[in-house]
Amino acid sequence: MDKFIFGRFIPGESWVHKMDPRAKLLISFFFILLVFFANNVMSYVLVFAVLISSILLSGVSLGFFIKGIRPLLWLMVFTVIIQILFGAGGHVYWSWGWISITQQGVISAVYILLRFLAIIMMSTLLTLTTQPLQIADGVEELLKPLKKIHFPVETLALMLSLALRFVPTLMDEATKIMDAQRARGVDFGSGGVKQQVKTVVPLLIPLFVSAFNRASDIAIAMEARGYKDGLNRTKYRELRWRKQDSISGLIYVVAGVVLLFIRN
Amino acid sequence: MSITFNKVNYFYQMNSPFQHQALHDINLEIKDHSFTAIIGHTGSGKSTLVQQMNALLKPSTGFIDVDGRQITADTSNKNLKVLRQHVGMVFQFPENKLFEETVKKDVMFGPLNFGMGEAKAEAQAIKLVKEVGLDSDILERSPFELSGGQMRRVAIAGVLASDPQTLILDEPTAGLDPRGRNEIMELVQKLHQEQGKTIILVTHQMEDVAKYADQVIVMDEGQVEKIGSPQEVFSNIEWLQKHHLELPQTTQFAISMQKKGFSFPDHLPLNEDELAIELAKQIDVEGSGELG
Repeated sequence: MDKFIFGRFIPGESWVHKMDPRAKLLISFFFILLVFFANNVMSYVLVFAVLISSILLSGVSLGFFIKGIRPLLWLMVFTVIIQILFGAGGHVYWSWGWISITQQGVISAVYILLRFLAIIMMSTLLTLTTQPLQIADGVEELLKPLKKIHFPVETLALMLSLALRFVPTLMDEATKIMDAQRARGVDFGSGGVKQQVKTVVPLLIPLFVSAFNRASDIAIAMEARGYKDGLNRTKYRELRWRKQDSISGLIYVVAGVVLLFIRN
Repeated sequence: MSITFNKVNYFYQMNSPFQHQALHDINLEIKDHSFTAIIGHTGSGKSTLVQQMNALLKPSTGFIDVDGRQITADTSNKNLKVLRQHVGMVFQFPENKLFEETVKKDVMFGPLNFGMGEAKAEAQAIKLVKEVGLDSDILERSPFELSGGQMRRVAIAGVLASDPQTLILDEPTAGLDPRGRNEIMELVQKLHQEQGKTIILVTHQMEDVAKYADQVIVMDEGQVEKIGSPQEVFSNIEWLQKHHLELPQTTQFAISMQKKGFSFPDHLPLNEDELAIELAKQIDVEGSGELG
């Protein structure tokens, strides 16, 4: 489980770490939008300049971002191949039946690859520099306006923070179960496909059993302490919007405006 | 089948910002047919230590020798089955790792993985369920219908069914009532005495250490602080307190007796039997003195 980087928090004291989670969430969404507006070389240069300076500002080593990309590598490779083979237009380099490699196809494949990279790296930056519970708090605050239309924001936020809270616990549990089954002679990650599928059962069943037990324990504990939703609870850690957050937001907005000018 | 640790260091999450050393320069030997207890407070590296013994974790530097087979950082993950069959391991709360539809299938799971034939594995399951003190009509039931104590026995049977020569038990009595604890420990003792299995027991129960073990390894902050007989380990009370370890209840009781004027000339008794013999001796001496 050491290699699993997604959703992991790396403590730090940088500008990015100290930002309000709401600001980081908004900026991330805005950035992803920008990525979809970029459509020529200059605009991609701008997008990556903004991204890379944000990463440098966070002080998290680049290695983590590369590890963050790895799980999605096959998806990216697959998308790029599809784009190259089926994208049409421009000079035709090579063709065979209804498959052809064209100038437009290659260009759009490169663009899609860059979009993938940019989006993954930005979301990795968000999760590496923000504690999961802070993200949950940020989402809750941002969704607050929806309360007016009786959307259960608090319940949703509770679900989100419980789910995030138990990711590490379940990972620990999974590691323990795997070790125990290894001690009973299971070889995880070796043998043919059929063999591999077979090893999933002794891992998943105990994991589900323990997750359900845990869930019911938590429900009982919450009930015992009189939990009810919709009571407008206050928070132990209040979110504070600082000057840095406004400045960072402003920089991204400026970058967005510039992008609109330089795109085709 | 002895186990030797040679200058073993172990790091969790090597080469990452989370790197952290869990074992420091471990050198020790566990002899054939011995009963070794490993004690130390939470986080002292006990579990990490025992997981090295069947290569669930491999030393970052140094090596471990298990019956002539060496485990180093470069040991491949393949071909470890023989080792894992010989060194059986009962994890903490082993009942949380049951998964099959019936008890019988779950107990047979290990032996089948280790290449035992279907018929023999079934025979083992029937034999072992009896040996851990369960009724044989439990075999066809789902393990999830059983009580916690029964589930734990089924899980232990599942490890024993592969017939390991060495058995590692990581806090096997945690969370059981006193009677369940006793029964499990009696079972372990029986495996040790009647079948000559090498037992390695990780525990917080000093009474069990005093009663059953012939070698004690004290761990603290990833280091072996002391190796010796229970007698040697429990003799230095200040040292134990410094390492946040308790004395067996009988020894605590003997110390309170000492404060009231009793004396134990040879050594402090570690279990009820020793205390009783010592007391009988002294009462006898005084009694005969009066008579004479």
